[in-house]
Amino acid sequence: MKVSTLTRGLLSAIKSNAICSTRSHFTYYPTKLAQGVRDVQKMNMFQAINNAMDLGLEQDSSALLFGEDVGFGGVFRCSMNLRDKYGKDRVFNTPLCEQGIAGFAIGVANTGATAIAEIQFADYIFPSFDQIVNEAAKYRYRSGGLFDCGSLTFRVPCGAVGHGALYHSQSPEAYFAHTPGLRVVIPRGPIKAKGLLLACIKDPNPCIMFEPKTLYRAAVEEVPTESYTEELGKCDILREGTDVTLIGWGTQVHVLLEVADLAKKQLDIDCEVIDLVSVLPWDTKTICNSANKTGRVLIAHEAPFTQGFGSELAAYIQEKCFLRLEAPIKRVTGWDTPFPHVFEPFYLPDKHRCLAALKEIVNY
Amino acid sequence: MSFLRKSVQLFNAAKQNAKMLSGVQRSYSATRNPVDDRYAFPGARDAAFVNSLKLTMPEDYAPIPIYRVMDRDGYILNEQEDPQLSQEVIEKMFRDMLLLSTMDKILYESQRQGRISFYMTNFGEEASHIGSAAALEMRDLIYGQYREAGVLVWRGFRIDQFIDQCYGNDDDLGRGKQMPVHYGSKELNFVTISSPLSTQIPQAVGAAYALKRQPNNDSCVVCYFGEGAASEGDAHAAFNFAATLECPVILFCRNNGFAISTPSNEQYRGDGIAGRGPMGYGIATIRVDGTDVFAVYNAMKRAREYTLRENKPVVLEALAYRVSHHSTSDDSTAYRSAEEIEMWNTLEHPISKLKSYMVHKGWFNEKQETEFVSGVRKQVLKQIAISEKKLKPNWREMFEGVYADMPEHLQEQQRELEQHVEAHKQHYPLKSFKQ
Repeated sequence: MKVSTLTRGLLSAIKSNAICSTRSHFTYYPTKLAQGVRDVQKMNMFQAINNAMDLGLEQDSSALLFGEDVGFGGVFRCSMNLRDKYGKDRVFNTPLCEQGIAGFAIGVANTGATAIAEIQFADYIFPSFDQIVNEAAKYRYRSGGLFDCGSLTFRVPCGAVGHGALYHSQSPEAYFAHTPGLRVVIPRGPIKAKGLLLACIKDPNPCIMFEPKTLYRAAVEEVPTESYTEELGKCDILREGTDVTLIGWGTQVHVLLEVADLAKKQLDIDCEVIDLVSVLPWDTKTICNSANKTGRVLIAHEAPFTQGFGSELAAYIQEKCFLRLEAPIKRVTGWDTPFPHVFEPFYLPDKHRCLAALKEIVNY
Repeated sequence: MSFLRKSVQLFNAAKQNAKMLSGVQRSYSATRNPVDDRYAFPGARDAAFVNSLKLTMPEDYAPIPIYRVMDRDGYILNEQEDPQLSQEVIEKMFRDMLLLSTMDKILYESQRQGRISFYMTNFGEEASHIGSAAALEMRDLIYGQYREAGVLVWRGFRIDQFIDQCYGNDDDLGRGKQMPVHYGSKELNFVTISSPLSTQIPQAVGAAYALKRQPNNDSCVVCYFGEGAASEGDAHAAFNFAATLECPVILFCRNNGFAISTPSNEQYRGDGIAGRGPMGYGIATIRVDGTDVFAVYNAMKRAREYTLRENKPVVLEALAYRVSHHSTSDDSTAYRSAEEIEMWNTLEHPISKLKSYMVHKGWFNEKQETEFVSGVRKQVLKQIAISEKKLKPNWREMFEGVYADMPEHLQEQQRELEQHVEAHKQHYPLKSFKQ
């Protein structure tokens, strides 16, 4: 104790102009509930997820919650107090093995019981790729409908946090979006996270919810306390506009909402901002309606450019809306490099890059 | 019952069964060679037959014993096991442990102040780093997990190199690509750390196989990993490949009792990681007290001799206690008691054990050691001030090293970013980066 007090004092004496700050690259735009929702509580995203799992475990006595360090509350605190409330036969730590977690979850779901499995970081999901892609996604299909594992949900923290570097920052949704049989969803905040998670738990297909971990604490909203589900496979139009359609998911939605504000203020351009929410299957109809309306589309995501999910959106939109497009569809994304540590400010598809791209397609 | 006695009994039982078996065989064919194994099952050729059914229970095997040279008070328990290291070597061991511990305390605090983004300390495990590194040759190739900074200290990684890496500045050997503590050094034969757990273990096995094929090879590979990491599928693959492909690799498990919050009794139910070696994978195995620097040293020395002589792997499990929080992102008092941590931080601490040994030898000079620690502290603080002011590498380096040469599409992306940054200079932290 003495040493650390001393150290602290000595460190404070170092004057520097280069203190590392974990600056946030977005401004959070909370979702407002419609008037008339009575029982609400202020929650951040990890609390909303905790609340959803609490309800999920309460409503379904077969439901299990597990993963690495889940027992004491999880490294992001999403499972706090749930072991005490539901017992350690239902809420428990697994050994440190993602392929084990995924395979175990599939087996639990094979029997009809509900599995909520946490993979600690999206960057560490890859050892379980085989179980998820070859097994979970194909169970129903390959058994002619005799067996399935639809009652399983993976919760997977993902995305940039300011200092996560290669292995605590990735957004691997596109790898899984390439897999028929899976549902992949990404919430933009607490209200959405709770409803999506409860929907995934109840959905008869294996689901993956990627949770942008930077939102766990930064995103706070008035969340309904009752149980509710969000429709899977549907996107949300968060802001209506006539000039350009901006499409994003997760944290990037908030970047795009700010870009829409800037575009209105600086250029008098009306952007329609859409949160894709469901990456697989995705809401082709709403997206194409918007593209047909505005004729200009900008897609932004943190994952790399090549084969990011933006590629699929762009290809589909140009195929279905070709004659209505006024400019090429523009993608603003992470670069085709691993996610770097100190270069993160240059890596992200921040509001400046999005706004510059928006100007480009408006002036095309 | 000791592990050995048990094994001898099992062995005798096997011989007995073999005799019985040869009797049976003779009654069918008097000419058959009793050692003819053509009729043995290929999956377990050496196993005997029995004709009473029995579940073989985990309790039938005594735990592999823990090799220890010193007692808690720094006295040698069996003089024959004293490695007889010179005063000079022991002082280097002690000072390297102190350096690591002192640097850890300061860098941990510096993260708390937001100076660096992340840090992991090595408290309580200093002896397993230093003892093992001291028994190796510099030509031995090391794959680490992330909590082996002491191995680098022993090999001569400098304070400025540690701190520059933590800042990801232009003097960071890793070029600012990775989080703090992801060290690597070509010069010191230490492969750069990667965050995903256990990926390094099968890699180490492959490296060992390739070394074995080199003419007159005299280098082994050492792979460090935690007992939690040993639960990953990669660990199984590594153990099995090492055994079947007969690789000169030392699989060094730092069993410190915790994988973040998960205690080892929720990680495995067998006899630790050592227990997997002999019966599980057919690998020679040693288990040591990882707080006893001499035990680790002797064990590593023996493991190195064996692995190079036989071209076969060794599992070496060093038992210790993670006095540290997992990282600066963790508060371990949420899942273990402060008293427990304190016990391991005092009575069972590897540095205090070695200090006691030095006191008995008359090699410990309180004043000199205090001066040493205060010198390290000054040096670390000074280096923090220097490393903090150094610029980060040119941001264009973000695109380098993805491929051996930058392909066209990355060159194009780099140009696109150059143009964007040029037009929006005010929004990017250019002043912190080399131009």
